[in-house]
Amino acid sequence: MAYLKKSPWIIHYDASSCNGCDIEVLACLTPMYDVERFGIINTGNPKHADIFVITGGINEQNVEVVRNIYHQMPEPKVVVAVGICATSAGVFQECYNVKGGVDKVIPVDVYVPGCAARPESIIDGIVKALGILEEKKLAAEKKEKEGDGK
Amino acid sequence: MNALYALAYIILAPLIGGLLVGMDRRITARMQGRVGPPLLQPFYDVLKLFEKEKVVVTRSQNFYILCYLVFMVFTGALFFAGGDILLVVFALTLAHIFLILGAYAANSPYSYIGAERELIQVMAFEPMIILTTVGLYMATKSFYVTDIAATATPLVAYLPGIFLGLAYVLTIKLRKSPFDLSTSHHAHQELVKGVTTEFSSSTLGRIEITHWYETVLLLGIIYLFVGSSSPAGIAIGIAAVLFIYLLEIFVDNNYPRVKWQMLMNTSWTIAVILGLLNLGALYYIAGVQ
Repeated sequence: MAYLKKSPWIIHYDASSCNGCDIEVLACLTPMYDVERFGIINTGNPKHADIFVITGGINEQNVEVVRNIYHQMPEPKVVVAVGICATSAGVFQECYNVKGGVDKVIPVDVYVPGCAARPESIIDGIVKALGILEEKKLAAEKKEKEGDGK
Repeated sequence: MNALYALAYIILAPLIGGLLVGMDRRITARMQGRVGPPLLQPFYDVLKLFEKEKVVVTRSQNFYILCYLVFMVFTGALFFAGGDILLVVFALTLAHIFLILGAYAANSPYSYIGAERELIQVMAFEPMIILTTVGLYMATKSFYVTDIAATATPLVAYLPGIFLGLAYVLTIKLRKSPFDLSTSHHAHQELVKGVTTEFSSSTLGRIEITHWYETVLLLGIIYLFVGSSSPAGIAIGIAAVLFIYLLEIFVDNNYPRVKWQMLMNTSWTIAVILGLLNLGALYYIAGVQ
């Protein structure tokens, strides 16, 4: 089970971000930060992904999209909300079409605040998410064992 | 002895293939000014995939991918056992047909397009590999890999055109840019993930392992051209194969993906010009029947 931590694949979705955080997420892939050092790959496919990185607040139009992506990801999976908008909708909170942070729609495991979130803090958030990924895997295994016992 | 080679292939090919891919990812990263993942990263990836929840779209897709793996192992084992190269080529195509069927079975638009593109890639690859078997036969008078590998001079001396043509289409099978239409390695994104879009967890892991088997098999076919029977010849052959793989990585990093029309046109044109010219020259000038 140590391998989950060594090969986290990410799917990145832009909910209704101003693109500031998206650029910072992509900056993590550049030679400057190079997250592939840790085996992190930006896949574009929820079925291959372990970590759902989401930027921007949720609006009425993308609720279903976010839910759909989340449900397509195989377990164990974690959600990282990057930027203050993904955390709580930030300055867009009062907008007529904005629902709020990502946790209004799907369970969020790690919040990375910032406007825009810096690449260092995004990487830090992903590393925290890896720990949670591991915990979820262990919990699922424990549950399975108990199920077998019955 | 031959069965031993086949057994060695079945056991060692995933290890060698995985290490090659790991080296590939590191070299690619260095070419892009990055540090890159650890050498064993491909193994971590596959082991992780086997830990994930098994999600399937249709049951049959897993069966097709299992067939893909089994036929690829069969193809490689046949090759390294010194079997008939014609059978190797046909079994290789059959293996790919199973991958295409698996992608079609998933019934999703993305994997459908991936499957169509994979089919085009198989079509683009096929003429050259058939000419390769003909060339190898003309040069050595045998279809058996054992006899072909026992050559005293590297066959590239007789078959330079065929060798260049094969090196050109090798990019298709290694899933490298500019010919990675159906799906690609590295973090490239095309129409979601092409032919592998609907495969996840252990099935995706099996596709990856199959790719390792295939990489070793393809490098083995390349070896037939550059290697010869003496110990020094074997060493030179292996070095040349690794150099060609390095060249593939270089091409991968320097050329953007092409459209399928260009893939078809260039690979068929090259197969016809280089392949047939080479065979013609062997026939008329060197008098090989």
